[in-house]
Amino acid sequence: MTTDLSKTAPEGPAAVPPPADPRLLVRQEGFAGYWNEFLRKLRSGELGSLPVVVGLIAICLVFQLQDSAFLGAENLSNLFVTATGTGLIAVGIVFVLILGEIDLSVGSVSGLAAAVFAVLNVGHGMPEWLALVLAVLSGTVAGILHGFFFARIGVPAFVVTLAGLLGWNGLMLQVLGSNGTINLDDSGLVAALTNHYFEDIAWANGLATAVVAAYFLVSWRDGRRRAAAGVPARPLAETVLRTGALALPAYAVAWLFNQYKGLPLAVVVFLGVVVALDLVLRRTRYGRKVFALGGGVEAARRAGIDVAAVRISVFALSGTMAALGGMFLASQINAANQSSGAGSLLMNAIAAAVIGGTSLFGGRGKTWSALLGVLVIQSIASGMALLGIASAVQYMITGAVLLAAVVIDSLSRRTRRTAGRV
Amino acid sequence: MSAAPVLALRGISKRFGAVQALTDVDLEIRSGEVVALVGDNGAGKSTLVKAIAGVGPADDGVIEWEGRRVTIDRPHTAQELGIATVYQDLALCDNLDVVGNLFLGREIARAGVLDEVEMERRARELLSTLSIRIPSVRIPVAALSGGQRQTVAIARSLLGEPKVVILDEPTAALGVEQTAQVLDLVERLRERGLGVILISHNMADVKAVADRVAVLRLGRNNGVFEVRATTQEEIVSAITGATDNAVTRRQARTAEDRT
Repeated sequence: MTTDLSKTAPEGPAAVPPPADPRLLVRQEGFAGYWNEFLRKLRSGELGSLPVVVGLIAICLVFQLQDSAFLGAENLSNLFVTATGTGLIAVGIVFVLILGEIDLSVGSVSGLAAAVFAVLNVGHGMPEWLALVLAVLSGTVAGILHGFFFARIGVPAFVVTLAGLLGWNGLMLQVLGSNGTINLDDSGLVAALTNHYFEDIAWANGLATAVVAAYFLVSWRDGRRRAAAGVPARPLAETVLRTGALALPAYAVAWLFNQYKGLPLAVVVFLGVVVALDLVLRRTRYGRKVFALGGGVEAARRAGIDVAAVRISVFALSGTMAALGGMFLASQINAANQSSGAGSLLMNAIAAAVIGGTSLFGGRGKTWSALLGVLVIQSIASGMALLGIASAVQYMITGAVLLAAVVIDSLSRRTRRTAGRV
Repeated sequence: MSAAPVLALRGISKRFGAVQALTDVDLEIRSGEVVALVGDNGAGKSTLVKAIAGVGPADDGVIEWEGRRVTIDRPHTAQELGIATVYQDLALCDNLDVVGNLFLGREIARAGVLDEVEMERRARELLSTLSIRIPSVRIPVAALSGGQRQTVAIARSLLGEPKVVILDEPTAALGVEQTAQVLDLVERLRERGLGVILISHNMADVKAVADRVAVLRLGRNNGVFEVRATTQEEIVSAITGATDNAVTRRQARTAEDRT
């Protein structure tokens, strides 16, 4: 870790008043500095999103070579929309994984939410918005119950949510009643979740512009404040470069959506949730508490953090996100049925979070990993469907990708440990 | 050493069921003074510290803070008075960076959003006034050496601007160089006018930084020594009770048997 500075000595201008301590990590000037820092991070196991981005590009290349429709506007647009349901569930899983716990109930909770909505809206004629709110809240309540048994009673989260997996599935079947399938209003609010598109090209381009501009303004202001406070700041050139790196995919995706039906509402909701919860995790006291619990429960307790309250709130969030994801999944098939939330949904949601780079060991993760991970999983599913490959093969490949992600996670954790305690 | 003590314990007693852990223990700490608290395993050092830190309040006895009688019945009270405790097992979150750990539980926020810039500025300021050298305040503490972690833990306790700092075995698991770092830091705390209670097994450390040594033996005071005027052997014999002879030991044992 001390190697970085040895080469800078001749280059370092006299402008730096305190003599550089060879033990400090300071990035060198220019491109070489970034490259060296990148290598240092790789060596010490801080891989970040690198493996998943590389994997995603590889997957896209492979399928594109097999079938040129894969990167077409229609396929990619549908891929994004289909991914939102699982993706929203995976965002909740990210929070639970950061605590170092697991939530196995999310599939059943998402199915329960769909059933609650269908019965309240179609069965009892309740207004759609009210039924939607109550359905999502049913997920919150389920999550609070898991959190209570885990945090206050001390039952391992694995077992509590396993009980939830069975129990909520049973409740869903009970709620659906004898008919088994309830079709939803195909011009209603929930149907619109996945079939509404903002057709005017100004929407997609406007959103891309807003995101890029917001990113630039926030980074630029942050850089100025840092410089004013005398702490290491990102140079303006780097901020501009990073903004460019963000603008490229943002406008590419916007262009792509406009080639098909326009900006999908589902994608707006998903991105909104990912960004909002990312801010919660990184920039609020609450997010800091969640990370602290993942890093050391005893340390968090001694710092005055109410451990049980944070744990319960995280499971409540996971349940809420599962219910919200369940509404998008119900919207896709425009019905709530007995197989809602069953099958590979739970595994896909957990796999998405892990593939995206959230550690299974707790303490490390981003909501963005849910987005990246679910894109990987959905790309595989979509590409396989396009090529007409049986779902048997698809499961095996998704399984292999998940295993690869966990192996990378475990290896990088080991590297971090050895690199850490020199 | 005529100044009034900032913290004074008088006649502290503590009993766990049938075990009398502390009997009538006195201790005084003044500002700008390092008091080493030594004693064999089970002598009652940890129990005494817990009584001061509010983790395990004493059954009996008086605690005076700046001449005023106080009751410390929970950790929060101790912190509010200005008593900071750094425990042996550090209690740092490995995944958080140095800034995150320093401010854990007392983050600075502007309109609900964490003010990372201000926290980083203050963290650097604090670390530089204590001459603590850390590769970067933005790396996870898992990547720091044991000594660096210990200095971060001590620095963290100083954010609440305490008047007395209790260090529980701060050098127990450290190498030579790292121990030196921590001892340097202890001296800097004294220069800043803090009272330091240093719990240690290591006589060399005690001789190096402490002004006075308070010895506990079997839950009782067994002498307070001025470090400069005392040899290591005297302290060790106070700890082990080597001043006892076979006769007094036999008497003690038969007394125990009878109860």
